[in-house]
Amino acid sequence: MLRPFRLEEPDSVKAASESLARYGDSAKIYAGGTELLLAMKEGLVHFECLVNVKKIPGLDGIDLDNGNVRIGALSTHRQLERSETLQEKLPVLVEMERNVANLRVREVGTLGGNLTFAEPHADPGTLLLALDAAVVAQKAGGSREIPMTEFFVDAYDAAVEEDEVLTEIVVPLPAANAAVRYRKFGYLERPSAGVALHVMADARRESVQDVRVAVGCVGPKSMRVEEAEAVLRGKSLEEAAQRMAEAGDIAGRAGDAISDLHGSAEYKEHIVKVLLTRAFNDIRAELAG
Amino acid sequence: MADSGRQTLPLSFSVNGTRYDIEVEPHELLLDVIRKRLGLTGSKRSCDVQVCGACTVLVNGRPVSSCTLPAFEARDKDVLTIEGMAEDGKLHPIQEAFIEFGGFQCGFCTPGMILTAKTLLDENPDPTEEEVIEYMNGNICRCTGYKKIVESIMGVGKSEAS
Ligand SMILES: Cc1cc2nc3c(=O)[nH]c(=O)nc-3n(C[C@H](O)[C@H](O)[C@H](O)COP(=O)(O)OP(=O)(O)OC[C@H]3O[C@@H](n4cnc5c(N)ncnc54)[C@H](O)[C@@H]3O)c2cc1C
Ligand code: FES
Ligand code: FES
Repeated sequence: MLRPFRLEEPDSVKAASESLARYGDSAKIYAGGTELLLAMKEGLVHFECLVNVKKIPGLDGIDLDNGNVRIGALSTHRQLERSETLQEKLPVLVEMERNVANLRVREVGTLGGNLTFAEPHADPGTLLLALDAAVVAQKAGGSREIPMTEFFVDAYDAAVEEDEVLTEIVVPLPAANAAVRYRKFGYLERPSAGVALHVMADARRESVQDVRVAVGCVGPKSMRVEEAEAVLRGKSLEEAAQRMAEAGDIAGRAGDAISDLHGSAEYKEHIVKVLLTRAFNDIRAELAG
Repeated sequence: MADSGRQTLPLSFSVNGTRYDIEVEPHELLLDVIRKRLGLTGSKRSCDVQVCGACTVLVNGRPVSSCTLPAFEARDKDVLTIEGMAEDGKLHPIQEAFIEFGGFQCGFCTPGMILTAKTLLDENPDPTEEEVIEYMNGNICRCTGYKKIVESIMGVGKSEAS
């Protein structure tokens, strides 16, 4: 059962931030509510006041800007999945979004809410880490950019302050000689393991010039795994393929996998390695194609 | 703001073509307003956590879990529940297809299945079997094993009788 709360509906980020500062701990931003209201219905948390940010104009656009895609934090999963701009420029994000939750949750849930809730069993954060994205957080006093590598602090804990509103996600478009994949596995409602891999090849598409590996869901938070990247960086694509098992082992261990109802830590580490290898093979085929 | 100190919000919306002007508190859920205040009990509460789809209603044509959507979100919008599918006493072709192809047993999931199928067919009138399965994967049925639901949706408008 949902206990009574007050609703505030500011029409600017500044007003929202001021409300949040005024209420302190007893207020929370409400976007799609698909996470927040569940937690409140379960009685896990209660807030005296919810600040509906959906009346603030301009927070759900998807725009190209100087080699980046700027995604409004209030864009719903469904908007992202249906965006022609993203279908053309960042199909890996569209494919990931199509497989988030179910249709009704995608219809209402937002990307900003997904990231800020920092639920470990989620997809977008892992992909955004491999895409080297950043988010913009704004409050009454100004705005700042937070790189994804500094965004997730712990399970259910993101680096967004209480009176900050996440306004945008800024994603650099991958280069023409780069390929990106997100692969996940799960048999419950939410994903059990997710990996993202970004490989930028040299101009002749023979070697790995740069690489980003990210792992999510298996432990408390999504993270980049630089140690696994180091194994692959600078190698020919052939040699990198041979060393994927090693990189996968490192990524599996680095993910801080925990044993829970999704599976044992050992099992999840194995799945990470398998998914990463599959992602690499697909990327290699794309780069060759 | 009511004198009691509890906030109320005006809610003007239409449900199945009928306009309502009521007041709701922020925490009232759309499913409760539809079932208890409007007396339309076709929409069901089952999982209560946005997983099963028994509570599906369409808001401006889009499917939502009314078990977890605050009623105020329907302000100035058109809501469609299963009760609004038939017109002039005539069942909707999707309803006809579910009957013809045996798309339900106990019927508890059926309102949500039919409304979700409606949005699918509105978007994509001639879906493949894979498209039906992918689109419908957030609606759970404990009885049919899904095969006949998929057949029903694939069979809409293709029945001998229609
Ligand atoms: C049944 C189910 C299945 C799911 N499956 C998946 C899945 O497979 N993969 C996956 O990735 N996710 C999954 N999810 C999670 C889903 O993606 C999120 O619920 C959704 O995106 C959250 O967005 P929201 O707008 O509803 O957030 P809300 O519930 O409104 O907010 C969540 C949190 O973020 C804060 N917040 C929201 N917006 C902002 C903002 N702009 N600035 C600052 N703080 C903000 C809120 O204060 C709150 O603490 C699932 C959820 C459900 C219910
Ligand atoms: S009762 Fe709402 S989705 Fe199950
Ligand atoms: S017919 Fe019984 S749950 Fe679907």
